[in-house]
Amino acid sequence: MRWTLSLLKSPVIIVLALGLGLAGCANNRKLPDNAGGLGLNNATPGSQQDFTVNVGDRVFFETDSSALTGTARATLDKQAAWLSRYPNYPITIEGHADERGTREYNIALGARRAAATRDYLAAKGVPVRRMRTISYGKERPVAVCDDISCWSQNRRAVTLLAAPTG
Amino acid sequence: MSDMYQTKRCARSLARAAKQLASAMLLALALAMPGAMPAKALVELDLNKANVEPLPIAITDFAGDQVARDIAGVIEADLKNSGLFRPIEKAAFIDKISGTAGVPRFEDWRVVNAQALVTGQVTQESDGRLKAEFRLWDVFGGQQIVGQQFFTSPQNWRRVAHIVADAIYQALTGEKGYFDTRVVYVSEQGSRLKRIKRLAIMDQDGANARMLTSGDDLVLTPRFSPTRQEITYMSFAGGTPRVYLLQIETGQRELVSNLPNMSFSPRFSPDGQKIVMSLQQDGNANIYSMDLRSRTTTRLTNTPAIDTAPSFSPDGNRIAFESDRGGRQQIYVMNADGSNQTRISFGQGAYATPVWSPRGDLIAFTKQSGGKFAIGVIKPDGSGERILTEGFHNEGPTWAPNGRVLMFFRDSGGENGGPSIYSIDISGYNEHRIPTEGFASDPAWSPLLD
Repeated sequence: MRWTLSLLKSPVIIVLALGLGLAGCANNRKLPDNAGGLGLNNATPGSQQDFTVNVGDRVFFETDSSALTGTARATLDKQAAWLSRYPNYPITIEGHADERGTREYNIALGARRAAATRDYLAAKGVPVRRMRTISYGKERPVAVCDDISCWSQNRRAVTLLAAPTG
Repeated sequence: MSDMYQTKRCARSLARAAKQLASAMLLALALAMPGAMPAKALVELDLNKANVEPLPIAITDFAGDQVARDIAGVIEADLKNSGLFRPIEKAAFIDKISGTAGVPRFEDWRVVNAQALVTGQVTQESDGRLKAEFRLWDVFGGQQIVGQQFFTSPQNWRRVAHIVADAIYQALTGEKGYFDTRVVYVSEQGSRLKRIKRLAIMDQDGANARMLTSGDDLVLTPRFSPTRQEITYMSFAGGTPRVYLLQIETGQRELVSNLPNMSFSPRFSPDGQKIVMSLQQDGNANIYSMDLRSRTTTRLTNTPAIDTAPSFSPDGNRIAFESDRGGRQQIYVMNADGSNQTRISFGQGAYATPVWSPRGDLIAFTKQSGGKFAIGVIKPDGSGERILTEGFHNEGPTWAPNGRVLMFFRDSGGENGGPSIYSIDISGYNEHRIPTEGFASDPAWSPLLD
């Protein structure tokens, strides 16, 4: 349920939910009613939860595109600031594609999205050596249903923190 | 001509049988029709006609115990599934011939309008082996077209049935069959959000399925070696997704290239000595060729784009691939050294996963257009595009070794949906699902076994 928790508080997702209407998505049906009840607002500063909940661990892409949208850049700016404040986390950036593409192309498209995300964070001062990228293509969806709103959630790059070093 | 032909056929059978004896304990011998000259069949199918009317064929119950009837059943299913034959209901049979002794009452078979007739029998030898015999008869010509016998271990009975079906197919169409083949694929289990993917292998009719990997690692895009019992595939084992080789019989696994970046989308050259694949560098994927003996890589494409899904022409001289260098994915053809890269697809939409036919005459593809995914074929010069099937999601064609039939996978979508493997012939007819336990995707057809 980690994805679901992060979806609740991610400003990006809330915008999408209002704009496109997520009702009917399998994932959406599983969302708890009450975010506050989960204690998400009390994340310890500098923790994984803090990053996921208060910064946002993922950015979204248009179909067949690895261009960073304005919303994505804003999220990555916050990620870069947070990562600079807490420099001991190695980072893996996962690139993903939606299921409306062919398998091999989507592997490469996910890699392209992960690279675009990494390059942006690097430009914002996150050392390249802290970051590795991996693509899962369309093999790891987080939302399942047969409409555009769900596919859009799967076209993503997720910044994952590893156990801190030092 | 006939005698010579039959002698050559017999020699080929024996040569083939010698190989099979070592690997599969199979032995084939030609059965001559007593007292009659083998003759050119009057009955034959012309596969080059646009719309082939299925040939009515009577397949009698083979004489013997249950395995005899099972073998006849598999032969009948193979021929029926090819779309080229229409097996006649056994209830309509007048002549109750059983076994391979004697000559059928052809007039009885003409009454039920059988163009061809198959008789056979299966007996057990004293050493425990099965002896399977069959004869294919030309009903209107009143003569035997081909007759063979096979010796095999009892657990091999399905292979014998497929080999007999291939012999019938070849005798009546003039082209090699494809029934004695296998398919590697990705077996998928579990919900869409937690799906386990494993490499698996089955006979082309879905029988004898078994898993090749444990499911611990994500694995994708298996492809058969044209020359060995070996597949190449992509695995996420070890953190970086890379191309591997897997020996089917031993389960031995080997990393193809220790390059630091992701490698994916592998496919063998026709001689089995090289693998072409994509290597990812930042946002770009380019196509490389690797010599499996020297392990040296050669770069074949160099664009700031996604170049992937390479597929050799059967003569090894050219490679079809897809690239989004012009915007969306399109099919290109280049020489095997990377020169002369030429776009061949120009229709509406995106074209992906080009796969060159073993006959060389067509390239199959996945086409994405208007929110639908289609499987189609196009000539290597870009002309003659035809869509074979279209729907919510069809992807990843693979060719039968005779270039007459394709498999692909179709995803139904939805939270509880998933992919299944389908077969369709190149005329776009005779589409049917290949039975698998659970979901299945990424089929790759083997060459004819021998």
